[in-house]
Parts: sequence; C-alpha cells; structure tokens
Amino acid sequence: MRNYVNSLIDGLFPLFATLAALAVGAVMLLLLGANPLVGFGALLQGAFGSPNAWADTAVKATPLLLVGLGICIAFRSGVINIGGEGQMIMGALASISLGLSFPSAPGIIIVPLALILGFVAGAIWGGIPGFLKARFNVNEILSTIMMNVIAVQFMNMLLRGVLIDQNQLGAAKIPQTARLSTAFDLPRLVPTRLHLGILLAVLLAFLVYYFLWRTTVGYKIRAVGLNRFASRYAGIKVEQYMVLSLLLSGAFSGLAGAVQVYGVTHFMITDGTAAGFTGSAGFNGIVAALFGQLHPLGTIPASFLFGALLVGANQMQRATQVPAALITALNGLVVVFVVSSEIYRQQRVRRRAIAEMKKQEALASQTKG
Amino acid sequence: MLQEFFSTTVLIGILASGIRLATPYLYAAIGETIGQRSGVLNLGVDGIMLMGAFSAFYVVFRTENLFLGLIVAMIVGGLMGLAMAFISVTMHAEQGISGIGVYLFGLGMSDLLFQKLVNNVETVQGFPEIHIRYLSDIPYIGEIFFQHNILVYLAYLLVPIVGFILNKTTFGLKIRAVGENPQAADTLGVNVALVRYITVTVGGVFSGIAGASLSIALLNVFQQNLTTGLGFIAIALVYFGGWRPLYVMAGSLIFSFVNALQVWVQVLGIPIPSDIAVMMPYLLTIIVLVLSAQRARQPSALSKPYMRSG
Repeated sequence: MRNYVNSLIDGLFPLFATLAALAVGAVMLLLLGANPLVGFGALLQGAFGSPNAWADTAVKATPLLLVGLGICIAFRSGVINIGGEGQMIMGALASISLGLSFPSAPGIIIVPLALILGFVAGAIWGGIPGFLKARFNVNEILSTIMMNVIAVQFMNMLLRGVLIDQNQLGAAKIPQTARLSTAFDLPRLVPTRLHLGILLAVLLAFLVYYFLWRTTVGYKIRAVGLNRFASRYAGIKVEQYMVLSLLLSGAFSGLAGAVQVYGVTHFMITDGTAAGFTGSAGFNGIVAALFGQLHPLGTIPASFLFGALLVGANQMQRATQVPAALITALNGLVVVFVVSSEIYRQQRVRRRAIAEMKKQEALASQTKG
Repeated sequence: MLQEFFSTTVLIGILASGIRLATPYLYAAIGETIGQRSGVLNLGVDGIMLMGAFSAFYVVFRTENLFLGLIVAMIVGGLMGLAMAFISVTMHAEQGISGIGVYLFGLGMSDLLFQKLVNNVETVQGFPEIHIRYLSDIPYIGEIFFQHNILVYLAYLLVPIVGFILNKTTFGLKIRAVGENPQAADTLGVNVALVRYITVTVGGVFSGIAGASLSIALLNVFQQNLTTGLGFIAIALVYFGGWRPLYVMAGSLIFSFVNALQVWVQVLGIPIPSDIAVMMPYLLTIIVLVLSAQRARQPSALSKPYMRSG
C-alpha cells in the first residue's frame, strides 16, 4: 500500500511540472493582453468540446504515442534519439512508395505491408546512428540530428522527382504525390477523422511494456541504461543493445510516419521542412515520453494530453489572437520542468531505499540477538 | 560548364561567401566550446539563436539602431544561457533532454513574438560591409577576406581570444579542470558551479550574437525557424573540432565552403539535384564525426552534473 502511494506521488511529478508550465503560459497570455481563462477555456473547448474535437485530439496523439514508445526504449537503454523527425519521414516515404506503386492491389495486403515497410525504414534510419555509435563512438545526438536533415532533403528530392503527382508535371510542379487509392485508407472508427492507428498505437504500448519488463532482451536493454559498466561486467554485449534500442526507436517513429500517411494525409506534400510533414511529432513525442516517465503505459495519457494541447491551440489562437506557437514554447518548458523535477524524485527514491535498508538491518540484528 | 565553374570569379565568390557564412556557426560553436570544456552540454543553442535573431531583428526594425539590436540579442542570449545553467548546474537535470526543452521554448517563443509583434515579411538594413582600407584593394585577397561586415571580422577575432583564455589563463585552467575532474577542482577550492554558470551564460551570449548575425547582418530578415537547425550543426562542429577553438573554426570554414560550393553548383545549373547538394554538408559532417570520434577525447565530465558526495 505504502509503495503504491509512493509511486503515485512519483507519477504526479510531471503533472506538477505541467501545471508550472501552464502557470508560466498564463502569465505569458496576460502579457500578450489575453485573458488566460478565456485562452485555456478555448484550448479545452478546442480539444474536447465535441466528438470531432475528441477525435482530432486522438488523431494528433497517435504519432506522439508511437514516437514516444520508441523514445521509451531508446532512453531506457541510455541512448538519446533526437532523430524522430527524420525517421518518421523515411517511414512515410517507404510506405507511400508501396501504395503508389500498386494502386489497384487489395488494401488488405498493401496496408499491413506498407506499415511494416514504414517500420523497417524507420529502423534502418535509426539503426545507422546506432551502428555509428557502437562501431565508431559517434555521439548519437549529433548523428540523429544530421540524419533528420538528410531525410528532409531526401523527401524533397523524391517528391520533386519520382514520386511527384503526374498531374503536377505539366502544371505548377508543386512537390506532392498523388493521393493513395482510397482502398488503402486506414479504417475510420466512428464517423470522424479518427482512424485505426490509435488502436494500433495503444496496443503497441502494451506490447512495448511487455517487451521492456517481461522479456530478457527488454531486461538487458534497461540494464544497459541503468549501468553500462555493470552490464558489461555481467556479460551483456552493451554496444549490441544500444544499436538494437536505437533501431527499435527509429522503427516506431517510422511506423508513426506510415500511420500518418495511411490514416490522415493519404498523400505527401513538402514545404521543404521536416515539420511540414511531421508537425514536429518527432520532438513532441520526446516530450510525451518524458512526461509519461519513459513508461510505455504512462506515455498513452501523456500523448493524449499533448495531442489535446496541440489541437486546442488553434481554438485558443482564434479566441485570443495569441499564436498557437505558444504551445510549442510551453512544451519546451514542460520538458525543462520535468527533467528538473527529476532530482527531487530521485531524492525521494534514495531516501526510501535508505529507510528500507535500515529496517532490514534492524530486523537482521534482532534475529541474530 | 565545368570551365565556367573554375573561373576566378566563381572561386572568389565561393571563398568569400564561405568565410561570411561561417559567421553564425563560429559564434555558436565557440560559445558551445567554452560551455562544453567546463562539462556542460547545451543542446538548446538553436533555440537561443532564434531568440537572439528575433530580438535583434525586432529592435533594429523598430529603432534602426544596429548596436542596440546586437546588445539586446546578447542580453536575451545571456539570460537563456543563465536559465540553461540553472537547469543543468543547480537542478542537475539531464542535459541532453533539457537542451531540447530550451530549443523548443526558443523555437515557439520566437515564432510567437514574431507573429504577435511583426507578422509580416519585413527586411531591415543590416550591418554594412566594411572595406578595410588598402587591404581590401589587394586583388582577389581583398575581395575574399576584407570586404565583410563587422560581425564577420569579430567572429574570427573571437577564436584566438577564446583559445588564449582557455589555454593560457588561470580562469581557462579552472574551466578545463571543472570539465575534466570537478571533484578535484572542488577540493582545490574552485567553485565548480560558478565556473559552469559563467561558461554557459557566456555561451548563451555568443549564441545570441550568432542569431543576430543572421537576422541583422547576413540575411536581414526574420521568419519562423530562421536558423533551420544551424545551432545543432554548430554543436556537431564542436565535436569535430575536438573542443579546440582553432579546429572548431576550421570545421566551421569547411562546412561553410561546402555550403557555398553547393549554392554555386545550383546557380551555375550543374546537373546535380539541388536536394543532394543541400545534403552534402550534413553527410560530410557525419563522415567527419566518424573520423574525429576516434581521435578526439571529450572533456571527461561532459554532460555529467556535479554533486558533492556527502
């Protein structure tokens, strides 16, 4: 019971951090001449005010959750994957290529294959920095960032080149693909924009939880993250597991990209930037995962929260004339506050551990006596 | 076509614009070098640059006072650096992740302020080119080296200064000691936290200037995400340069020359897809990281928060 309460309080830390960030947001709204209550009210209204709003929130949460699951795996093994944006793009490109190549094939075959292809493409794009880290000791933070830029240029090249919509060739040459066959649309769940992807993502969250906490490989990944040196001493091939976790991390981002294409956009267009396709989900997924305490199941509600913030931001912009970019800034603050409050959580854990040890010692001396 | 490419005009153009384009990388990377030598990895450089770029742009847009714009950018950058120092030194937060938070904050905040306060494509009159007397008249050399704006000259001046401070002064020794072995430095009476606060704040000031060099000297505009990840490249250049200012400068120059080359390749219509050309500097950076990771040794305490064990 006591443990339960303790872990509940631990879980509440990110919530406090978010409240702090929202408080800063309220001050910023005031400074910008808007009423914070109106602003946040509009935000809530926009995110949850109608069935459509709920659906949009869930749709926005889906890529955050998928990317976040990958982040859980990577960060748990002690490697930092900042390449979610590029991995999403590569997953999207691989999956859309398949759908565009076989427009008359049955959806039941193409859609699963396309999602798998996205998963694999993301895995490759995440695996390369993993390999470079294991083999050449290249800092993965930097290499994943570089891989993002390369992926964007690759996308621009393909959308201007082989993947361009044939109708665009004679006309304005807007770098966009044709629409995928409607037979490939991920099934809608209710008559909203909500698609099957969210169910898939939630299901995968449970799978990743099982993987990390109930399998040997998952255990080793976490062990490497907790103490690289002890793990090596215990005979775990540390480098191998760091590559694996970056690879899996990339795979989930790649899947996020594929789901985004088959569930939401059904075609790809580029404005030359990564965010033009991803909506910065590759970064916001990190925020969601951190908020969920790097726990796959915790990442589910966290993704919904940030999905809601992103959807509600537009409504807030309409109601208060404060640009939706405020939410990006607040997301940054949430990250900062969450990682900063980590020290207090660790102190609590340490204090509990010491208390526990003393109790054991007391017990031991009693039985001796 | 290739002959045209190797004409002197083009070569001079590439060299001159390479030297000019290296400016923001230099400020950001040199600032980051100082912080990293003291053991703090600040991944928020790009966000700080964006805030610096916007504030400089806005001040110049309103007042047309370039130096006031520069100073405001330095202050804004310094404050964000101070915040990063507080997060990483006092709060002992994981630096790789909190830097992303600082980045997102700067990205969103600069966009927010821009939309709220300007919300138009506006240009400003940036720092003018200064032709250094006599030197700028030397054929070729003058055009390449001595016809730039003041921020370009200052950036290159900064390199030996920072190198000197790091390697030849007591304070530099303290910075390096804190970055290599904070426990030992602490025992000898060096205030680890203070040193790190100073280096990260100074790094923030430099990032602010880096942003300003874009918005009021090189491009003279501001738009959402003006830097497009330039700050992250600057961090990579620190690794490339093995944490030594002179080598960091060499890296910035190589990167910028390749970038300038890439622009000229497109201008001249040489049949390489432009997207591949844009990719080149980044591919090169990865390759260089692979090569340099073998030999360079990073500060031992890099990205490790220091806690007195009690």
